[in-house]
Amino acid sequence: MMIKYIFYFLAFVSVFSALMVVVSKNPVHCVLYLIMCFFSIAGHYILLNAQFLAAVHVIVYAGAIMVLFLFVIMLLNLNTQSEPHKSTWLKFAAAITSGLLLVILVGTLKGSETMVMPLGNPNAGLIKNLGITLFKDFLLPFEVSSILFLVAMVGAVMLGKKEIK
Amino acid sequence: MSTIQAIPLNWYILLSAVLFVIGVLGVLYRRNAIIIFMSVELMLNAVNLLLTAFSSYRGDSAGQVFVFFIMAVAAAEVAVGLAILIVIYRNTSSTDINFLNKLKW
Repeated sequence: MMIKYIFYFLAFVSVFSALMVVVSKNPVHCVLYLIMCFFSIAGHYILLNAQFLAAVHVIVYAGAIMVLFLFVIMLLNLNTQSEPHKSTWLKFAAAITSGLLLVILVGTLKGSETMVMPLGNPNAGLIKNLGITLFKDFLLPFEVSSILFLVAMVGAVMLGKKEIK
Repeated sequence: MSTIQAIPLNWYILLSAVLFVIGVLGVLYRRNAIIIFMSVELMLNAVNLLLTAFSSYRGDSAGQVFVFFIMAVAAAEVAVGLAILIVIYRNTSSTDINFLNKLKW
């Protein structure tokens, strides 16, 4: 029973902070709300018995990515005054479009059965099992992702240079 | 009692659908390129949550390894994307995407 209430609370926090990311005027507030959303999603991971993923999520998203966002916003000196606005008509159209998407996504769920029994190993999210899967079955993608990081690093440095001669 | 028995999988599907739709709303609703970027991150997180839920309910750790790779790709994407954003700001002195209409029509 307790787990249910924790789920409700975390779901409320994540949906509320995600909405505030979209509607708040100040970009710095958007970043702070997004960090709140990421922390509540990390709580969901812990509820799902995926502790390693929760730790990595907090470190990578709340730690690295959001600091990068905050850094860029403060570098560009964005604030409420410089915030561009869409026309009311376009905002209305955006709300209608995403509402329809939500109706479609929820509609596909209708009539589906709820899974009650766990099928496999309940400790699938622990570091040991995750590490065995990562370095046994997914070794090649793991190595390829290091090349991806190298390419991203070189690309970011190239783009960030003042001018290319 | 574990989470698997207490919470039906459908709730997680609904929650991640709602988070994904809020991300789509952010992309359509805002004109600031940085906020659009954050909404894309929100969508990626909704998908991550769904993958983790399915992986935990099936007891198969391959799904969580997939989430790990999505996080790696998201980190690389943010680095390059923010670098592009800084170049845009340097050229137009704003992050309004309506100034970037050379490719329109």
